[in-house]
Amino acid sequence: MLKATIRVELKEGVLDPQGVTIKNALVDMGYGEVGDVRSGKVFNLELDMKDREQAKSRLDEMCSRLLANPVIERYEIEVHE
Amino acid sequence: MKFGVITFPGSNCDYDAYAAVKFSLGEEVDFLWHADSDLKGSDVVILPGGFSYGDYLRTGSIARFSPIMKKVIEFAHEGGTVWGICNGFQILLEAGLLPGAMLRNKSLRFVCRYVDLRVETTNSRLTCSMQKGDVLSIPIAHSDGNYFVDQKILAGMKERDQVMFRYSTPDGKLSPEANPNGSIDDIAGICNAERNVFGMMPHPERSTEDILNSSDGLKLFESVRQHFEEKVKV
Repeated sequence: MLKATIRVELKEGVLDPQGVTIKNALVDMGYGEVGDVRSGKVFNLELDMKDREQAKSRLDEMCSRLLANPVIERYEIEVHE
Repeated sequence: MKFGVITFPGSNCDYDAYAAVKFSLGEEVDFLWHADSDLKGSDVVILPGGFSYGDYLRTGSIARFSPIMKKVIEFAHEGGTVWGICNGFQILLEAGLLPGAMLRNKSLRFVCRYVDLRVETTNSRLTCSMQKGDVLSIPIAHSDGNYFVDQKILAGMKERDQVMFRYSTPDGKLSPEANPNGSIDDIAGICNAERNVFGMMPHPERSTEDILNSSDGLKLFESVRQHFEEKVKV
């Protein structure tokens, strides 16, 4: 059994309205030191697999087909025991 | 001619689209079920608005893998008319049948109101009965209608005349105030390079009779029929 963590974020240059709103809220709350905020998603998956490289390749396919939209998002895959 | 309206789990404008075709336009229409693989001989397939699969993950991202979508993609590749409205547009983007992607509205709010749409091209099956520069009053209702595409692809789309509608003022001028969601280049509706797949955020099926405040939406349905019956070459 392997576990994987996938982080999905909007690509640089793509407007993140949620990030902007969160940043404005934090500044309004008195955290004036906050600069740019970018929001994202994290997925934790359990995989019935043993081979890490094979898992990475399958996860890469899952990301590009469903978990991320390559037009606006980029992703990072981390595989752990 | 026959229209088919797909019902996905969470579609909520399927009956509006059905009624617009059947009662306002007066043409044959049938519902198509997401889990089926049959377009029932439809000449035009409509992907209606709503919240398919609860908008989970990204709008349209899960509906895009419904069994019926395999048939829709084949139909589109054969040149069939595919028309996505609101969530239907989002599904077509996720399916890669149209370029670009949707982001949250710039305001982060769900926006539900009438907007003015400027007709940018008459070289499409949805606008062939109109004049360039016509302004239509049609409602929008969405949270994720902030259309995004990178500058390079956008330039190609403009070159190929793929922008059908832009948000405008009632007298047809573009302005940031007239853009309800932050869409790039004020884009409200597009078609693919082959000009047979269409996506738009506004809801023409909700404005097909004067009693609904506007009948401008009916003009799109009439264009589609005119294209089909007269074989207008667009």
